[in-house]
Amino acid sequence: MNFLVKHREIALSLIIAIMVTGISIYAPAFATIENAASVLNDTSILCMLALAQMMVIITRGIDLSVASNLAFSGMLSASLAQNHPDLPVVAYIAVAIVTGLVLGLINGNLVALLGIPPIVVTLGTLAIFRGMIVVYGGGNQVNASEMGDVFQSFPKLTFFGLSTIFWIMAAVAIAIWLFLSMTRVGRGLYAVGGNPVAARYCGIDLARQQMLVYALSGAISGLCGYLWVSRYGVAYSEIASGFELTVIAACVIGGISIAGGVGTVAGALLGALFLGVIVNALPVMQVTPFWQMAISGAVILAAVVVNARAEKRGVKLILPEARRAAGAAK
Amino acid sequence: MSLAPRHDVADAAPRSLSDWLLRWETILLVLLAVVIAGNTAISPYFLDIYNLSDATYNFSEKAIVALAMALLIIAREIDLSVAAIIALASLAIGLAAQAGAGLPVLLLIGPVIGAACGAFNGFLVTRISLPSIVVTIGTMSLFRGLAQVVLGDQAITQYPKNFTAIGQSYLIKWPPLPYSFVIFLVFAVIFAIVLHKTAFGRKLYAIGNNPMAARFSGIPVDRIRFMLFVLTGTLSGLAAVLLTARIGSTRPNIALGWELEIITMVILGGVSIAGGSGTIPGVVLAVFILGLITFGLSLVNVPGIVISVLLGLLLIISIAMPIVVRRLLKKKPQ
Repeated sequence: MNFLVKHREIALSLIIAIMVTGISIYAPAFATIENAASVLNDTSILCMLALAQMMVIITRGIDLSVASNLAFSGMLSASLAQNHPDLPVVAYIAVAIVTGLVLGLINGNLVALLGIPPIVVTLGTLAIFRGMIVVYGGGNQVNASEMGDVFQSFPKLTFFGLSTIFWIMAAVAIAIWLFLSMTRVGRGLYAVGGNPVAARYCGIDLARQQMLVYALSGAISGLCGYLWVSRYGVAYSEIASGFELTVIAACVIGGISIAGGVGTVAGALLGALFLGVIVNALPVMQVTPFWQMAISGAVILAAVVVNARAEKRGVKLILPEARRAAGAAK
Repeated sequence: MSLAPRHDVADAAPRSLSDWLLRWETILLVLLAVVIAGNTAISPYFLDIYNLSDATYNFSEKAIVALAMALLIIAREIDLSVAAIIALASLAIGLAAQAGAGLPVLLLIGPVIGAACGAFNGFLVTRISLPSIVVTIGTMSLFRGLAQVVLGDQAITQYPKNFTAIGQSYLIKWPPLPYSFVIFLVFAVIFAIVLHKTAFGRKLYAIGNNPMAARFSGIPVDRIRFMLFVLTGTLSGLAAVLLTARIGSTRPNIALGWELEIITMVILGGVSIAGGSGTIPGVVLAVFILGLITFGLSLVNVPGIVISVLLGLLLIISIAMPIVVRRLLKKKPQ
């Protein structure tokens, strides 16, 4: 039990496995390869956003503007496709990523250079980015028929039974894993989140780290904006409204500490997958989708309680006298 | 050589004129004057007493919750579940109305459910020592999710006349003041006195500045935190009563997104998100500024989502300005 609490990724994988087995016994339709593929495809956007959010949360920040950023970048990309339907798909993706990156840099500048608390900045930009969709497009929506085939067919291509969205997510996840575990800058994110003062004394530039994570969060949101709009075939001001909280919920379930300094790629992916399985299992089990929100709320609370216990045990008592004192206290 | 005794602590310097002028509340007051002047200029319908009175409907319910949220944020906590509590409390009122309950029950059940939800938040934060932002993200889904489970895609729209009258008629005929606005004003006065003139209020600042030091000074930190969550829940329940009575219906998406608007009111009011500072007059001014901007712009048919862009900009600029100004002032004297 102790082992499972300490290794939450393994525990979470086990819980997901048990859940999937249980659902499959109850509703055999769930246990098909097609359905497994559709769960993975459906969850990929959430996975990417959770990974981006994780990097922000590791530095003790939070980015509430991701869903609005996604909606705005998706809208710009879609309207490019509407006006020029014959460009190569790379152009649409690039527009979405660059738009997202610029919006992310706005957050990054306000947080890093002005030192405004991230929750305040992104609360503001959450409203601004979404509103800009209406300011830009006059409240019009871009429908599937107006987007052109190039724009829409790309995310639906499949390789080995899984869509492009999944493979993009896999590439992003591997890149972030390499970045966080193998590079000096990536390790620095944990240092900044674990102890900003100590990190500063180690010569880590806090402002640059913050700028980087918000820029990455923005760019990934932009990418997801293209994927979301092209997959669901519509762009308007309300898409992904409120999705930022689902993203943060995935992070929390994945064991990423909101206090900063703690979080793994596997955790974020499993957290997102957990929510994805629930969303996809409810209709198969003939439960009304209205249960979805209540269940994910209960799961988030259960996850934080477990995580809090894990964090308490994980306290490192470096000094022997501290260790003795802790022993005596027990 | 004269050495001052080590225990000699000088009184704080008396406030100079520039201190008063640079206070956040003064800046908000100027902003409010600008908003009123601007609105008067762009629309002839703005300075009409009945229009202004109707405008208060749009922010009074949120403002009541914002008062409690201000105390919570000053004490370094936050509650993102307030809008979900409103949804759940509104559901309870709706179910009670369907069961044929009388007016007293309809009025009481909202705050009672709200208090229970707040106690649940408070329990998780103080007893299991979880960060409040994470707890309330979870309970936000849980509370609204429960309302959604019961309601599905239905709405409850059958409310007795004497109940909806509370949300749709004036408490005082002249000047025309709706119930919700009067309740907000009364609470604002009570909250201002409690926060600024009582020992309890000072304790909130102590907790917000340094919870550990506050605990060592004998302040029951966790008990007070728990009380604040219950208070926020109760006022959210009260807001649910007023909102349900006003719109006469309960849907699963009632008050959706209000938590962010309420927090915006509090932050614009000068309450630091890091805890330990902020005033009730500041929050009240911010409520009026946000409410009147929304009202003034909707008078000249600016779409709601564009207004939200402007409010978002206002939030960021108003927080960024003092920082930029302070940096510029610091650089000059050298």
